[in-house]
Amino acid sequence: MKELDFPFDAEYVLRKKKSLKRSLLEREGVKYLDKKIALLGGSTTENIKLMLELFLLNAGIRPEFYESEYNRYWEDAVFGNPELDDFKPDLIYIHTTTRNLKATPDVTMSAEDIDTILENEFQRFSAMWDKIEERYGCIVIQNNFELPYYRLLGNSDVSNIHGLSNFTAKLNLKFAEYAEAHEKFHINDIHYISAEYGIKNWSDPADWYRYKYNPCVAATPDLAYNLARIVKALYGKNKKAIACDLDNTLWGGVVGDDGPENIKIGQEDAVSELYEEFQSYIKAHRDLGILLTIASKNDEENALAGLARPDGVLKKDDFLVIKANWENKNTNIANTAAEINIGADAFVFVDDNPMERNIVESTIDGIAVPDLGNPETYIRIMDGAGYFEVTGLSADDLKRNEMYKANISRATAAASFTDYTEYLKSLEMKAEILPFSPIYMARITELTNKSNQFNLTTRRCTQAETESFAADPNYITLYGKLIDKFGDNGVVSVVFGHVNDEVSTPDCKIFDIDLWLMSCRVLKRDMECAMMDELVRLAKEKGVDKIRGFYYPTAKNKMVKEFYADRGYTKVSEDDEGNTVWELETKGYENKNSVIAVN
Amino acid sequence: MTREEVYEKLNEVFQDVFDDEDITVTDETVASDVDGWDSLEHINLLVAVERAFGIKFTMGQTTHLKNVGEMVDVIIEKLG
Repeated sequence: MKELDFPFDAEYVLRKKKSLKRSLLEREGVKYLDKKIALLGGSTTENIKLMLELFLLNAGIRPEFYESEYNRYWEDAVFGNPELDDFKPDLIYIHTTTRNLKATPDVTMSAEDIDTILENEFQRFSAMWDKIEERYGCIVIQNNFELPYYRLLGNSDVSNIHGLSNFTAKLNLKFAEYAEAHEKFHINDIHYISAEYGIKNWSDPADWYRYKYNPCVAATPDLAYNLARIVKALYGKNKKAIACDLDNTLWGGVVGDDGPENIKIGQEDAVSELYEEFQSYIKAHRDLGILLTIASKNDEENALAGLARPDGVLKKDDFLVIKANWENKNTNIANTAAEINIGADAFVFVDDNPMERNIVESTIDGIAVPDLGNPETYIRIMDGAGYFEVTGLSADDLKRNEMYKANISRATAAASFTDYTEYLKSLEMKAEILPFSPIYMARITELTNKSNQFNLTTRRCTQAETESFAADPNYITLYGKLIDKFGDNGVVSVVFGHVNDEVSTPDCKIFDIDLWLMSCRVLKRDMECAMMDELVRLAKEKGVDKIRGFYYPTAKNKMVKEFYADRGYTKVSEDDEGNTVWELETKGYENKNSVIAVN
Repeated sequence: MTREEVYEKLNEVFQDVFDDEDITVTDETVASDVDGWDSLEHINLLVAVERAFGIKFTMGQTTHLKNVGEMVDVIIEKLG
């Protein structure tokens, strides 16, 4: 819903929250991801809950909430309580602020005293996080501290150890270090958003003393949106690619009319510098693993001439796919999406022209189309929306553009072979297919939450779950990593299942495949054959007689409807919703993979 | 702004905040007359009223309001 997309009108969202929620729930055909979120607050969380619910529903996540009693965050987390235990949170959000600090420095304290209270204050929090990990093993999102509402020491408040600004800065650093060391722990950076909002309004004492609201009520949409960014990213709702216009988006002017020498980019004047900063901003996304593409109405020759400007930041090679032609942009984006094998809804379309934006937005479901405003607001609008919120950088992210580029090289190579198997052999593929291991746990969890198309059951997992399956002797867990002569594809397939004692008999041990997924970047490489061979081999080792596979249809996974049939399974049932169950006798199974060297 | 004009705008705010297009408030309206007007919603109402009229209540002005009529008095005083 446009009303809830960034940059939203906070005042409108607050005032209309009830009717907005009604409209969200009236939308048809939305398949929600259900998540249980516990809000543990050091101040009133009612409005944060209502705002967060709107932003999450808008992103296809349906939250169920637990709210601690006012200011009982620490007790709930450390001692637990039966209600919270029964709730079994997927995620705990701890909403604390500078007003919740128990000990703060004053000028009578010695340096040692201040070190002691700093350490105590940090321990009070970190003990709580450790306890949550032990008790619930769930994701934790924790606020850092906003700047204090007043500065007793004036400008020295930040530089003198007796200043509260100095104290909270040190605490924030300690929180950040904890986050760095704990994968399931994330910081909700209210230090930044409160500054952006304006600290004098954010910390309005009237709302605090009347209602124990901190931040003030009017700022809760900003806080909740920032929080929703993290939640969305954790549950696979990030965008993956940018489709960028050129004229008046990446440079000033129209390259076809003005000529490449006259477009505004570089250091010549204010406007050129502005576009240069925007190009740098877009280019930096490449290193985050965001795929850069172009959708421009231009003759290709002119588009490339614009990108060849020596003083430009973005070059032709920074883009995975360049569509510069006179087709409609929605068609170009759909074609680009098909070429690189991701959904068109995973794109952010960046274009200065409201007409173009309107067409793309109304023809491609789920694509993000920010209203960029003027060149001077492009970065703020893109950045504030948080399409690519980072919740952990993997080595894969840093290499993603290269990996997709290698894919395009593979496609070119494939065209030169007449026999597909010969082509696959020529790729010199090597796979690592092994039980889940700690170094890949984050990537494995990420894949379970991100993969939609080649995914048989679309089972979403928390890291605590993937870890527990890996440790359970009843389970077989497998990740698949594929390397070929063009490059390393990283971990691309995840499979796990368990021996189902409830349906097994003494004569027939049955194994259920709970999840089978593969990244679409390795489609048609026989990786699924190699994975199945390995799964059957390990199942046999466990004495399994029969393997059962399940297919649960979603809006996106039609491509694997017949997956188990293709692997030699027999369909044993199908219900009205198209859910199917498949079986395979392990006896007599013959290995299917002949092109990938495994382990 | 006349008292009638204030009420016109105020009714829109009430209708949005309580998501009920049939709400009409008067001088005598009190919280118990409006479905969902509890202490948590009260603050949302005040924030919405402040934004709608472009005013900011002081703490003292909002802690002793007995009915909508008194709220309108404060709004008119602020606007004046």
